[in-house]
Amino acid sequence: MYKSLADAIRDAEASGRTLSATALALESKDQGRTVDDIRSALRRALEVMRSAVERGLEGDLRSASGLVGGDAALVAKSSAGPMSNTLFSDVLARALAVQEVNAAMGVIVAAPTAGGAGVLPAVLTGLARNRKIGDEAVIDALATAGLIGAVVAERASLSGAEGGCQAETGAAAGMAAGAATEMLGGTPSQVGHAVALTMQGLLGLVCDPLGGLVELPCVFRNATGAALALAGIEMALAGITFAIPVDEVIDVMGEIGRNMDVRYRETAGGGLAATPTGRRLAKERLVQIRTAPR
Amino acid sequence: MVSLLDIIGPVMVGPSSSHTAGACRIGLLVRGLVGGTPEKARIELHGSFARTGEGHGTDKALAGGLLGFRPDDERLRDALDIMEREGLDYQFEKTTLADDSHPNTCRLTVERAGQTTTVIGSSLGAGRIRLSEIDGYPVELTGHLPTIVLVAADQPGSVARIAGILAEKRVNLATMRLTRKERGGDAFMVIECDEPPGDIAREAIDDLDWVKWVRTLDKVGG
Ligand code: SF4
Repeated sequence: MYKSLADAIRDAEASGRTLSATALALESKDQGRTVDDIRSALRRALEVMRSAVERGLEGDLRSASGLVGGDAALVAKSSAGPMSNTLFSDVLARALAVQEVNAAMGVIVAAPTAGGAGVLPAVLTGLARNRKIGDEAVIDALATAGLIGAVVAERASLSGAEGGCQAETGAAAGMAAGAATEMLGGTPSQVGHAVALTMQGLLGLVCDPLGGLVELPCVFRNATGAALALAGIEMALAGITFAIPVDEVIDVMGEIGRNMDVRYRETAGGGLAATPTGRRLAKERLVQIRTAPR
Repeated sequence: MVSLLDIIGPVMVGPSSSHTAGACRIGLLVRGLVGGTPEKARIELHGSFARTGEGHGTDKALAGGLLGFRPDDERLRDALDIMEREGLDYQFEKTTLADDSHPNTCRLTVERAGQTTTVIGSSLGAGRIRLSEIDGYPVELTGHLPTIVLVAADQPGSVARIAGILAEKRVNLATMRLTRKERGGDAFMVIECDEPPGDIAREAIDDLDWVKWVRTLDKVGG
């Protein structure tokens, strides 16, 4: 796959194709699989994403510790907020839903990881429903998201333990923003700006899950990540260009991650995990493995 | 080379690609090594597996893998109950392995049909795994390709002979690694193939009188 979004955007523009078509063509060549075959794997991913959204919105799931679950349904049903019953609240509810499914050991698509798996389905399926966009276009958007994620994996990292949450939900938000921008008719270069405009807002975000578990804040971080993706899409489609090239934004995300203290990289040694309440909850609520009596 | 489908995928049971999907894959590979569901298992968890396997379902995922469930199988959630129902004796312990062990590491000692195997495996992140030791032999087994593993008496020409059999059966070799505990001792071979090698190739290798045992392992993804 491409190691630079600038290269992918240049190739797409030169051939008059979308970024998804450009990425699918290269993937087909790299992996020796037909484009149809790759698209059918993405179609399966989309189906799993949709069922995770639906399952989570039912509102009856609880995580192993009982710390998360049920909040997606709260947002979906609420009419109290300024954004209630809009695309925005629908996307938030969908992101929470997928992560609640994940925390309850349900089936999700790791995109790019399990911890960040709520953002992409929330933004893409939420927008598709709102704008009545058909599945083929959503599947193309998933290919664009994969391209963006592959570039981040290559240049920086997709792992909270390596690069903080900016590498997990931050990368997921960048992927979702770029993918949705293409799905809504943006040019390849607008896709690049959407990624940059979204990821700049998540730089430095630490990975600090309570007790080291993918539950809290992870569930909510997927919702706020999706919200920032919507902001990035809105700005990029309005024609805003971000002065720092997207590859450089990704590079600096990697650099910040490498310099991040180990306390902020999934070890539960810092951030929310290390607050007095974070520590107390982790101690009280985390389930123990049934170990053999000695 | 990063593939699009590594990024949009895998489809898996949550919550963690390393602590759940990776753990399940380790269980699956170990199951393959003993040729089916072990009757007994002692599962020792090290590092982050010991600390946060709590609540990441690492125990369920390892047991589920031993039972033959794949990372996207919803039965993983109930693997401990299923194990009990089937009368299997799997025990979990926390342990501390060597200092240089990867943080997500476990040691499994499993028994099936009179055969006991001890394996050390690590989950490297994003669902990728590596078995680093089998019965004291240092190995490198990732399960990303169909694999043949075998123990053979140290024998001049053994590698060439096995490569010859595979070529004859039209199995394309990707990598081949041989390790020994000592000079002249038995050798452990890990052979990764592009396609599943099939029973005929396995039987042909098993027929060599200096091969002590051989197993074929399905690809476990990642
Ligand atoms: S806080 Fe850490 S574990 Fe949670 S979503 Fe972010 S990167 Fe993943």
